[in-house]
Amino acid sequence: MVSRGLFYFVTAILFLTGILLIAYQRITFDVPFVPNIAREIWTVEAKVEFEPKIGEASEVRLALPAVQPGFTQLQQNTASLGYGVNYEKKDGSTFVEWTKRNPQGLQILYYTADILVDEQSADSSMIVPALKEIVEAEPYATAMKEIASTASSRSSDPYSFANQIIHEISQNNEITSLLLSKYSKPDLLVHILNLGRVHARTVGVLNLKDGRRNQKLHNYVAVFDKTEYKIFDPENGHSGLKKNQIIWNDNGNSLLDVAGGKHASVSFTTISNSVSAIEAGNRKANINMVAGEELIPFSLQALPVEEQSLFKTLLLLPIGVVIVVFLRVIVGIKTSGTFMPVLIAMSFLQTSLWIGLIGFISIVGVGLIVRSWLSHLNLLLVARISAVIITVIGLIGFISFFTYKIGLTEGVKITFFPMIILSWTIERMSILWEEEGYKEVLKQGGGSLFVAVCAYLSMSSFFIQHLSFNFLGLQFILLALVLIMGNYTGFRLSEMKRFKPLAVQIKNYRNGDESEQEAVRLNEELKEIKADPHNTYRTWKKQAQHLVEEENTKKDHE
Amino acid sequence: MDLLKKIKDFKNRYASPFEMRDDGIMGMNQRNVNYIGRYNKRSLFPLVDNKLLTKKIAIENHVNTPILIGSVENQHQVESILEIIGDHTEFCIKPAHGSGGKGILVIKDKSKTSGNFIKASGQEIGIHELKRHITNILAGLFSLGGKQDIALIEDLIHFDNVFSGYSYDGVPDTRVIVFQGFPIMSMMRLSTAASDGKANLHQGAVGVGICLRTGRAVRAVQFNEPVTIHPDTDKELSLLKVPHWLEVLRLASSCYDMSGLGYIGTDIVLDRDKGPMLLELNARPGLAIQICNNAGLLPRLRLIEAITKKHRLSIEERVAFSMEHFGVFSN
Repeated sequence: MVSRGLFYFVTAILFLTGILLIAYQRITFDVPFVPNIAREIWTVEAKVEFEPKIGEASEVRLALPAVQPGFTQLQQNTASLGYGVNYEKKDGSTFVEWTKRNPQGLQILYYTADILVDEQSADSSMIVPALKEIVEAEPYATAMKEIASTASSRSSDPYSFANQIIHEISQNNEITSLLLSKYSKPDLLVHILNLGRVHARTVGVLNLKDGRRNQKLHNYVAVFDKTEYKIFDPENGHSGLKKNQIIWNDNGNSLLDVAGGKHASVSFTTISNSVSAIEAGNRKANINMVAGEELIPFSLQALPVEEQSLFKTLLLLPIGVVIVVFLRVIVGIKTSGTFMPVLIAMSFLQTSLWIGLIGFISIVGVGLIVRSWLSHLNLLLVARISAVIITVIGLIGFISFFTYKIGLTEGVKITFFPMIILSWTIERMSILWEEEGYKEVLKQGGGSLFVAVCAYLSMSSFFIQHLSFNFLGLQFILLALVLIMGNYTGFRLSEMKRFKPLAVQIKNYRNGDESEQEAVRLNEELKEIKADPHNTYRTWKKQAQHLVEEENTKKDHE
Repeated sequence: MDLLKKIKDFKNRYASPFEMRDDGIMGMNQRNVNYIGRYNKRSLFPLVDNKLLTKKIAIENHVNTPILIGSVENQHQVESILEIIGDHTEFCIKPAHGSGGKGILVIKDKSKTSGNFIKASGQEIGIHELKRHITNILAGLFSLGGKQDIALIEDLIHFDNVFSGYSYDGVPDTRVIVFQGFPIMSMMRLSTAASDGKANLHQGAVGVGICLRTGRAVRAVQFNEPVTIHPDTDKELSLLKVPHWLEVLRLASSCYDMSGLGYIGTDIVLDRDKGPMLLELNARPGLAIQICNNAGLLPRLRLIEAITKKHRLSIEERVAFSMEHFGVFSN
């Protein structure tokens, strides 16, 4: 007998392990609790075109998408025939470098990246830029200072300062037209911000639009307040990025450098893909793994598809088993064969509920008729069961053939029924019929079907399928649940009905010569012996010995 | 209002679990986990599931059981059945693993003219039919799960006449639940026409709770509802009193020492000449006995569990204790 303490300890450990595993998968792999949440992955393609200078080696450097909140880059690759490819990191940004000794004709290089829209990502590769002390030529310097002082007087912090500058340089007047003749708007904004001792830089932003080709980067301005920053659109002063805007190059470096080439240009194509959250989570986890973070996946997605589907049904079985335990132990439903209902439910999963129910009832019904005839023959058990098995197979064959011929292709699925189990069910029910009558057969048969339908309903739920397949920790929790239920000593729901007459009788009647309820009297005696085990035991023993003596003398007299 | 009515209806059909707990009614889960699981060692189950083994240990421990004439374990022994029977003219053949009275063939005489056997119903059967019945037993026709079985040939029991009229057709036996050697509760199962001569309560047999002190009927139920007369014979059930009651209890109590099982149901029959005899043991006795006795098992079981040095008590003392504490009639 294992002590209760150890039992509860083990159960708690199992339960905790399950919870932790689920939490681990939820957090690390981002596996959602609800199935079919689609995540968005943008496939961004940068196309670099240039004409090589004859006789010169080409070296192309393309800045790669910045690390930024809201997005996680999943994977990247290049398509560039005959080029050497090298990824490098410099000043917080990453670049791809293509090199070729002797290119000829128009060169086209592709870089593609899969970028996951990921609200959890919070990293950023943006570095706070240094203030540039540039001596401006007149009259630009005066004009800039004027705008800066106007904006400064109307603002309170770097962001409102930037806002005011954008407002000023959008005015159509002499000063702005003078300045804009020399500078582009974003550059001008950065210059004036630097004048006001605010850190700022231009960033290249790409609009993510599904199926859009030939896109260029838009130059926005990142305005820093200490280490925080906000992105401003210099055209209209809107701050912040929209949901579908991604910063491509963020550290002020040039997007594209081509050595040994001319007429270079880069254009972008963006395509949106919807993938299941599970796949997105796995791909994200793969990136982490490549990055050297050892992650234990605990996911069956790593298996080949065929094995996955096998596991899918396998991992559903515990759900059905828990339902059976619950309905038998807590509710008290009688079934014929302990886990037969789960197997029936499994075949319902293949056939769909109604076809399965009709099939089950008709097969068992006809099987019982055949079996009752067999029992007249007084066969030996093994032969009898075998005869029933052959009959069941014949029935299933006939039903599927017949339904197929009349055009109900659904009927063919009935072959998914577990035939041996069905034969045993028929055998058991038939014996039950002979021994206990048809009522008991209906009771147990109905109970089995009810449990099977309950198990089917839970196992066919996409939500539960999703949970059981993706969270292996759930299996531990189910095991803990079964253990706890196995230790349940309370009444079954059916016993509340069974013992109702007894409860009423105990309440209303005393037995024999009793003056008080027996339970009350015995509880008193129990208290007595618990209070003083030694002496009560002695008194009771003496009493018993006395009675034995009395009996003996009575016998002697007879 | 509708909801209130529904709640009331529910309360009328279902007993409150708290009330049941206070009454000490034992549920199936409680029995399985705390009594059968805790006090009955799994390795001892074959002793009670196999009637031949039960009989063997009963004989070793001098517990009174119907005399075993012989047993047939293999098919080739079937041929020598006549030698096994010898000159016995009344006997019964039963499967060692049978349940619910299945496969029991009762022979009460041997025809002097034809040499045929005469069944309890008066029908005559030949030696071939007798052999065929034994073959069926051996093949597992009557055993649980259809396992290979053994046929027992036992001396016939002559029922005590005091029970005439209390049973419609079949064996009136006394079930005593014994917990750690203490008789806990007892009942008689009387077969009826509704139960088809079988002593199964849920099939309609009448269950009569028996007072542990006196052997008198406490209460009788059929289909969970109280009855006062036997439905077929109209006999007043409250007048039922089991004779040799002290011996019945002592026999039941001694089954604990012989089997080692802490929580058992003992089925005892009263032979007209030889007194109480152990018919069979049951390691998973049912709960309906509570309904027959109008009392819960738990308070009684807990009282026994609380006694510290119960192994020092003799069978006679244990029985006296149970009679004193669990009896409902004072005499």
